[in-house]
Amino acid sequence: MASPLKVSLVSADHEVWSGEASMVVARTTEGEIGIMAGHEPMLAILASGQVRLTLAEGAPITADAEDGFLSVENNTVTIVAGRAELV
Amino acid sequence: MGAQLRVYRQKIRSAQTTKKITRAMELISASRIQKAQARVAASTPYARAITRAVSAVATYSNVEHVLTTEPEKIERAAIVVFGSDRGLAGAFNANVLKESEQLAELLRSQGKEVVYFLVGRRVSSYFQFRHRAAERVWIGGTDSPVFDMAQEVGQALLASFLRDSADGGVDEIHIIYNRFVTMLTQVPEVVRLLPLEVVEGVEEPGEHELLPLYEFEPDPETVLDALLPVYIESRIFNALLQSAASKHAATQRAMKSASDNADKLITTYTRLANNARQAEITQQISEIVGGADALASTK
Repeated sequence: MASPLKVSLVSADHEVWSGEASMVVARTTEGEIGIMAGHEPMLAILASGQVRLTLAEGAPITADAEDGFLSVENNTVTIVAGRAELV
Repeated sequence: MGAQLRVYRQKIRSAQTTKKITRAMELISASRIQKAQARVAASTPYARAITRAVSAVATYSNVEHVLTTEPEKIERAAIVVFGSDRGLAGAFNANVLKESEQLAELLRSQGKEVVYFLVGRRVSSYFQFRHRAAERVWIGGTDSPVFDMAQEVGQALLASFLRDSADGGVDEIHIIYNRFVTMLTQVPEVVRLLPLEVVEGVEEPGEHELLPLYEFEPDPETVLDALLPVYIESRIFNALLQSAASKHAATQRAMKSASDNADKLITTYTRLANNARQAEITQQISEIVGGADALASTK
């Protein structure tokens, strides 16, 4: 498997979470999307809802994100939201 | 006690009470700078992520968007001035106001009409005193700005930008705020917010690299539509935070020099008071001696 994804989840006033994960699942305006390492670069608008991360060891993390978007580039996933917090 | 001495003692007391106040204000702002700086730092990842995303869309797609394209003729330009609600901050507000006057002059010389958006009570009272109109004024909350305020300002600016210039909309938006450099330096910064001009932060693809094929969901236009207002809000939020941090630093410095000045005044007046006291005693002694001499010579 390729190297894990570097993920950072930031909200307007602070960085909520950052680290490595093997998979990111988020809901965009078009529907749910799952991202694993090696995904093509993309930029999507998030529909408000949950973002689920699966860590390299398999532990899940869930966060609420509102008003934001998701960008993927070189195995780096950035989830940017006006308001976001871990659940 | 002689009249002169009483006057000096009064002045010393007054300087001492003033010093107590300015010292307290100095300590308060000193403790707030740290917090304000931490907030600036905390909001940086968000601003960076958004800038990268905006640059990505601009670089990897060829979408023409109303926020990025230069209008053919600019009739009206808006200046957003970020000041503070409270004074006692040295040249903090004067700096941005001076900068705004210069910018306004420049814009007028280019044949543009200038409208103002003001943030902070001090800035707004500067305009009121000169009977100048402002399009919108936001008062309160400049000491520790919240994101909601940035959103409100951003939306108001965007609404004005998207309106036709015939209906009173603006074609260009400039923002002026104090940028926090160090505790000792805060620089007034003038930035053109709209139409967007420089987008930095994206790695230029190398010569032999293929341009990554960006996928936009749903499509580039919609992504830009959603992204740009957020970008503007984040720029405004950053300006608000920088301005707040600068304001605390400026207050701290101004209050420190006020306290130092009070110290100097107290020393000077204490010396003068001592002088006056000694002069009084000398005079009393010479009166007694003179009186005794006079009595002795009459015997």
